[in-house]
Amino acid sequence: MSAYLVGPLAVAGISTVLAFFIALLDKFLNNYGELKVSINAGKKELTVKGGAPLLGTLAEAGIFVPSACGGRGSCGACKCKVKSDVGPHLPTEMPYMSPKEISENIRLSCQIKVRKDIEIELPEEFFSVRKYKTKVEKIRDLTYDIKEVLFALEDGEIEFEAGQYVQLVVPPYGEVVESVQRAYSMSSLPSDKRHVELLIRLVPGGIATTWVHKHLKEGDSVELVGAFGEFHIHDTPATMICVAGGSGMAPFKSMLYHMKETGAFPQKDIWYFFGARTTKDMFYLKEMGELQKEWPRFHFVPALSEPKPEENWTGDVGLITDVLDRYLKEKVDLSKGLEGYLCGSPGMINACINVMKKNNMAEDKIYFDKFA
Amino acid sequence: MIDAPNVGLVSLFFASILTSNILLANFLGMCSFISISKDFKSSMGLGLAVTMVIGICSAVCWAVLYFIIKPLGIEYLSFIIFIIVIAAVVQMLEMIIDRFSPSLYMALGIFLPLITVNCAVLGVILFMQIRSYNFLQAVVFGFGSGAGWWLAIMLLAAIRTKLDANNAVPAGLKGTGITLITIGFMAMAFIGFSGMIAVQ
Repeated sequence: MSAYLVGPLAVAGISTVLAFFIALLDKFLNNYGELKVSINAGKKELTVKGGAPLLGTLAEAGIFVPSACGGRGSCGACKCKVKSDVGPHLPTEMPYMSPKEISENIRLSCQIKVRKDIEIELPEEFFSVRKYKTKVEKIRDLTYDIKEVLFALEDGEIEFEAGQYVQLVVPPYGEVVESVQRAYSMSSLPSDKRHVELLIRLVPGGIATTWVHKHLKEGDSVELVGAFGEFHIHDTPATMICVAGGSGMAPFKSMLYHMKETGAFPQKDIWYFFGARTTKDMFYLKEMGELQKEWPRFHFVPALSEPKPEENWTGDVGLITDVLDRYLKEKVDLSKGLEGYLCGSPGMINACINVMKKNNMAEDKIYFDKFA
Repeated sequence: MIDAPNVGLVSLFFASILTSNILLANFLGMCSFISISKDFKSSMGLGLAVTMVIGICSAVCWAVLYFIIKPLGIEYLSFIIFIIVIAAVVQMLEMIIDRFSPSLYMALGIFLPLITVNCAVLGVILFMQIRSYNFLQAVVFGFGSGAGWWLAIMLLAAIRTKLDANNAVPAGLKGTGITLITIGFMAMAFIGFSGMIAVQ
């Protein structure tokens, strides 16, 4: 009997001893003590615990650098300038850096660790970004996989521009052991400073979207961080060509109602192309239709790529890129110039940029919010 | 207690680099050898990492072999135990380098964790076991084999850089094809060393 036990016990024993050494080494090596972070040449000084990535360290101190992916190094949004030496750029940072940024030592704050006193530069507006305590006021199903969630702010008011986004703080749940943050565009009006509305589509396997769809209930407390983002209406007379799919509706809902409500940018004509596969994926048809009726300079073009005969779809049919191409060639008035506004999956955005460029739209006049 | 072969340490060191080169005589550790040898800088980093890991692992595994495995009579588990030890040593090495030499950590990058599954490491340890080296021989053989691997990948990187610069390789042979042929020639060249000094 003992002969059978010796082997497994020996393997288990060796593994335990090695694991113990690794844990010991980790505790000893990753203890950097208290370090200083100096922001904008000493305007702000933080004392932080060393060893963690800069992004999280700053967030703990209440300074929120934008990050759409929540620190996984896949969005490249959390760039900041580092003035002290933190070593050369990491392979994980390189894809997001231009040669100019590398020479200025711009870094991804989620990838570099705080290991000694560090000096960084951040835009002043980051200091106005803050965390909001909210309660879920209402959850509504827009389609089978998109929910409209309305958050009521409990402390203070949020100032933002139509098109900007907030980060939703997802607490640990089920098998998810760490709190994560994910970015969502606000679909609510900037004038309603006590509410934030988000449109959230269920992504199979997505940590945040699964939480929203399966766990979040009305009355729950949720934290939001914001507002971030460069996506906004540009103050020119050019006609807006907006293209969205799925939950990419969010920033446009905010922009459109904002323009309608305030009469802002009165010279702008607006074309809004919204693509879906079937009527099951389509939403806000009634709202957008009414908006179009009341507001002559707004044109709404919903399109289905795979309508079934029994759906009796009377609108446009085809991939949103084909519909866009057709309208740009035949229907849209080009005399005031065009500006592109895109929100959706990277695939859709890249395809739309190609169509717009082929129709002689300038690439620097195409603005987008890409959610990877 | 150990019936160690009668080989001097110096000759063992050079024998493991030249006559019994772990790569070109035993053909171990091939995958990273072929895929990483495109440029000098990565080859340098990988060679250094392999040398360190093989050297340290053969010392640690020697101790594990003669103080745990043999006394308990569990030689049949030695493969599993060696792999566990290699993985742990690589993990610790990674943490130590990360803390004390970020620039070296940068240079090694992804290669260090990859070495865990490099068969050259396990191969050297198993040779050490069947040839029943004593402790010093095991360490010298470990570092020697690592240095041999390092030498081989640097040579291959040099040849590949030259080949790429000339652009004389037919399209169908480019990449892995010409690399394998090159390795074959290198192995033949290294056979020229055979018989000069022996590892056992």
